[in-house]
Amino acid sequence: MFLEIKDLSVKIENKNILKSLNLNINKGEVHAIMGPNGSGKSTLANVLAGKEDYEILNGRINFKDNDLFDLNIEERAQEGMFLAFQYPVEIPGVNITPFLHSAINSKRKRMNEEEIDNLSFAKLLKSKASDLGINIDMLKRSVNTGFSGGEKKRYEILQMSILNPDLAILDETDSGLDIDALKIVTDGVNKLKTKDNSFLIITHYQKLLDYIKPDYVHVMVNGSIVKSGGSEIAAEIEKDGFQKFQ
Amino acid sequence: MNSETLNTLDSYSKNKYKYGFVTDIDNEKPKKGLSEDTIKFISLKKNEPSWMLDWRLKSFSKWKKMKEPKWANLSFPEIDYQDIYYYSAPKGFEKKPKDLSEVDPKLIETYNKLGIPLEEQKILAGVAVDVVFDSVSVATTYKGELEKLGIIFCSIGEAIQKHPDLIKKYLGSVIPPGDHSFSALNSAVFTDGSFVYIPEGVKCPMELSTYFRINAENTGQFERTLIIADKGSYVSYLEGCTAPKRDDNQLHAANVELIALEDAEIKYSTVQNWYPGDEDGKGGIYNFVTKRGLCAGKNSKISWTQVETGSAITWKYPSCILKGDNSIGEFYSVAITNNFQQADTGTKMTHIGKNTKSKIISKGISLGKSQNTYRGEVSFLRKADKARNYTQCDSLLVGNQCGAHTVPYIDSKNNTAVIEHEASTSKINEDQLYYCRQRGLSHEESVSLIVNGFCKQVLQELPMEFAVEAQKLVSISLEGSVG
Repeated sequence: MFLEIKDLSVKIENKNILKSLNLNINKGEVHAIMGPNGSGKSTLANVLAGKEDYEILNGRINFKDNDLFDLNIEERAQEGMFLAFQYPVEIPGVNITPFLHSAINSKRKRMNEEEIDNLSFAKLLKSKASDLGINIDMLKRSVNTGFSGGEKKRYEILQMSILNPDLAILDETDSGLDIDALKIVTDGVNKLKTKDNSFLIITHYQKLLDYIKPDYVHVMVNGSIVKSGGSEIAAEIEKDGFQKFQ
Repeated sequence: MNSETLNTLDSYSKNKYKYGFVTDIDNEKPKKGLSEDTIKFISLKKNEPSWMLDWRLKSFSKWKKMKEPKWANLSFPEIDYQDIYYYSAPKGFEKKPKDLSEVDPKLIETYNKLGIPLEEQKILAGVAVDVVFDSVSVATTYKGELEKLGIIFCSIGEAIQKHPDLIKKYLGSVIPPGDHSFSALNSAVFTDGSFVYIPEGVKCPMELSTYFRINAENTGQFERTLIIADKGSYVSYLEGCTAPKRDDNQLHAANVELIALEDAEIKYSTVQNWYPGDEDGKGGIYNFVTKRGLCAGKNSKISWTQVETGSAITWKYPSCILKGDNSIGEFYSVAITNNFQQADTGTKMTHIGKNTKSKIISKGISLGKSQNTYRGEVSFLRKADKARNYTQCDSLLVGNQCGAHTVPYIDSKNNTAVIEHEASTSKINEDQLYYCRQRGLSHEESVSLIVNGFCKQVLQELPMEFAVEAQKLVSISLEGSVG
């Protein structure tokens, strides 16, 4: 099993958010989690990434034969987990090029691979950026600083394509995007998809799933997955909303 | 702040001082303590003319009547001026060595440990280095090339011998000996430092650079630097320093005077990395520095850039007196304090001439149990029509036991003056740390990256070769693993 979440219960500030959640993802699969606001979707993403504000009450998570709770945030990232943030934070004064260069090399170091030099990295970054329709000038700016909502999301996808993760978690990546931006972002995801990597796509709306075809759709309500199935579920939600699952 | 952050911060606080070692060189010292005899000894050792000795003695008599300025946000035990050596020269260096082979190999070794070997200076094209080791300047390079342009770059001691007219005219003209007790003290007992004169219309083709280093135990270093940029000239000067580890506090009271005549520009950059004391606040340098620049002529410009990471106590306000019409003063500062370090630093911009402009960018970072204060004074005199100032002070707190303080004074006697002031204080942002770590960067790397980003506005003002060094220093000041 690639990612196995078993009986996971999580709380934050005395509030139970996730309740006995189970989810299995195999290599090469695309999973979508849909659910109303406050159902715990983003909490799941952050617990997977290792954010430290949460208290794990019960359950376990296995990721690529590791007990995920043995790894800290950066170790999970270096093992190939990537979270595209819902609200990417601005880091003034930190240029994207050295930032991503350090990131890719820390991953390579953990994998006992040779570090990538400045020149090769600059080439890689430029070619990935042009694939995603990102202006070279944007690479000269500080991380997320002064970016529009759409630019930030595109930037997340750029980072994802550079770091080439085994498991990419997209947390509401579609929110705040117009149709054109949504196409660019989803194109990027589709290009990246292989039989060896997996995606976990968290979304509120069905629209995103018109562009990325998931193998499985899960409905999450009140901290648990209440229904799983194929893309027909997304259509159901589009028609009737989440009401009937609650 | 979560527990892992606190653990990492704890390891930052235990940061070991990388440059803490003592080179074993015999020193020739006078007796401890400050008296007329001490001053006469120094003057005699340096073979000075009688007018210089008189100047020192007058300064000393002023000092005797003065008290230390007490307004800074600093606390430290009373300084016992009679328990300090005021002169220390590595033996056999009273006459300058002709080349590196005449220099004590141990000295070369010291610089090697610091990563600034003298050999490297020859390779580092474009950098002329006047090295101060304790109190005697031991090596000067690139002199010939500079001489061709009429540029004088030598130790202040040599300038007193060879250029008495310039010294008599300018020494103490920006910082009068009686300004305050530390300037009086420095004027009485200064031993070495640099002297620069750039003739009219000459753009100095290379960065002039000095590395300072305190070495002998219990020796205060009283460095004196004087830079004069004549009409239409330009010079960029770099000062950097590190000091060996020591338990006793060491007093350092430097005076730096800059004079820019009409259309001249001086850029003065400092990286200060004196020994800051250990993690319990024991030891470290007391750094009471007076730096002041005079924009004497029309359209002149003086720019101070400093990166302050060292010293137990930093008391330092590089200032500009904007006398010439249209003159410009700038101050860019990064001050990082850790453990029990205390820094009270900032600037004074005094607008006298018309259309004068000043710009202040200050970035303070506090870690551990340190206290970091920005103190600034911007004043507009009556005739300073249409003068402008822009001030931006940002403080970053890492951890919850440190302090950041901002004390800006503004005084305007001219109602056409335009003053802008922005200030911010923030804690290191957990969301930024999370973001960086999610991309695979370690906690330490992430902090270093965020702090370097916070300082970027200032670091980018440094000359290229210095900026890289300064970035490393910023990281070292934060990291626990280096040492």
